[in-house]
Amino acid sequence: MSAIIVKELTKKFGEFTAVDSVSFSVEPGELFGLLGPNGAGKTTIINMLTTLLLPTAGDAEIAGYDLRRDPHEIRNNIGIIFQDPSLDIGLTGRENLEFHAMMYNIGSDERKKRIREVLDVVGLADKADILVENYSGGMKRRLEIARGLIHYPKVLFLDEPTLGLDAQTRRSIWDHIRNLNRNYGTSVILTTHYMEEADSLCDRIAIIDHGKIIALDTPAGLKNRLRGDCVSLTIEGRVELIAAALGEKEWVREIVPNGKTLDVILSDYGKNIPSIFQTAGNLGIGISSINFSKPSLEDVFLRLTGSIIREQEGSRQSARRDRMRRRMLR
Amino acid sequence: MIQGRVVYVLWRREMIKYFRARSRIAGAIGMPAFMLIFQGMGFRRVEFPGLPESIGYFQYLVPGIIGMTLLFTAAYAGMSVIMDKQFGFLKEVMVTPASRVSIVLGMISGSATTSLIQALIIMMMSVLLGFRLPVLPAILSSVVIMVLISMIFINIGLILSSVLKDFHGFSTVINFIAFPLFLLSGALFPVSNLPAPIKILSYFDPLTYGVDALRGVLIGHCEFSIVLDMFILLTLSVLMVCTSSYFFRRAESI
Repeated sequence: MSAIIVKELTKKFGEFTAVDSVSFSVEPGELFGLLGPNGAGKTTIINMLTTLLLPTAGDAEIAGYDLRRDPHEIRNNIGIIFQDPSLDIGLTGRENLEFHAMMYNIGSDERKKRIREVLDVVGLADKADILVENYSGGMKRRLEIARGLIHYPKVLFLDEPTLGLDAQTRRSIWDHIRNLNRNYGTSVILTTHYMEEADSLCDRIAIIDHGKIIALDTPAGLKNRLRGDCVSLTIEGRVELIAAALGEKEWVREIVPNGKTLDVILSDYGKNIPSIFQTAGNLGIGISSINFSKPSLEDVFLRLTGSIIREQEGSRQSARRDRMRRRMLR
Repeated sequence: MIQGRVVYVLWRREMIKYFRARSRIAGAIGMPAFMLIFQGMGFRRVEFPGLPESIGYFQYLVPGIIGMTLLFTAAYAGMSVIMDKQFGFLKEVMVTPASRVSIVLGMISGSATTSLIQALIIMMMSVLLGFRLPVLPAILSSVVIMVLISMIFINIGLILSSVLKDFHGFSTVINFIAFPLFLLSGALFPVSNLPAPIKILSYFDPLTYGVDALRGVLIGHCEFSIVLDMFILLTLSVLMVCTSSYFFRRAESI
């Protein structure tokens, strides 16, 4: 049974289509990413899947329960970490967790045990009895993650889990997400507009733009859609000779000579670089320097959407989308 | 479907926060306390036509100030919902499996308790200033009346909070509503002394019946009958709970 099955999910706000017939599924224990620019419709998808927003059309099944028929059972089986903060800053960390656990009807002894456990997972055990208003941004985020775990959800939703956090905190949150995915077997679905985050965390990524999924694959699979890895060689000797020899290899896709340098587009550079050297050696040609680059998700995104990822202060159109998004969040 | 545990959790949270925010308690007590001291002491010798001589103005004023305390603390309960909305905590509550009715009842019970505590503090202060308490059964029935009064105004605050989004809007509107309700209720002087058109308006003010019922049990004097007062208070609080549950459900589960 899949953790999440989404079928042609659509959400319209008046004339504006925020989510346009989106379909995908998430396997149990999978770390699934929704990657897209701000205003692409990621949060709207999450709000619908967590029963906060009714879809205009389409269906979804979460942890085996139907979105329209069993919203109550879905709420019982999911955890969510919202994009915007959602803690009671007038309570301590522990009190926030207690409140949440009691809302999920977890008995007193079990509650104490789980609170201790999740506090350890996010490394907040020694800060648990401080008022949340005195927490740093990263600590608040970690507390929210702890809170999302306390009722052992089958599916965990993370909406922009590291938005606005510094690089170091971001990495530690990634570690926490990986750990809980590994240790609890929780299926995780996260939204992000950070390429690096999607790349390093997710098993599979759906790229979303203007409310539609435009690509869905593993990070490696997405990158393989580009031409391949690029190796630049500086040749000492006859460039055309080695170009011809390399052109015969089946793992070479394209060769671009450029004066003394040679750009070789190939698959799996890690495995094939040694044989480039071997080929050159056999011909008695020297290689004085070598440079290689792997395509990044950023390149994939560029290729697919024809634009770099929009930032908040982007075009007039994205500002309009942001306004729409804020309106519907109310 | 009402889930007792959800009501309890929300009530408990309100209590923790209430006792932690001492300045809030002091602030909320301040105004009624000043009214009690200055209005009560200053007008001590005033005599109203139609008021038995055995009841001095101070005795007459205390139930009115208790009503005022309940009105203002209860109406401001909606403010904490607005805060929860702005800090995102409301979303966290709404995504749990708790039923919407239980969530509303939890909020009401928490705010009703804090209003009651404030009102009882004012009552104790008035005893120190010379208020003569009635027998225990009468005090206990006054507590029931206090709960009903706060229920009505908490729900007004909750309904407003489901419609309004920010602090400023909320406090402006709530002051605009609460002050006329307070002045019309006869908390400070007998309603019967008002000119006829305004007197009619006061009959539409729930607090008029609340204060009257409090006077009935605390000082043994009321303009209407206790039975009528209680009937109106009970009907209104049930009606208000239903209305605010409806508004709340409609506003939040979009």
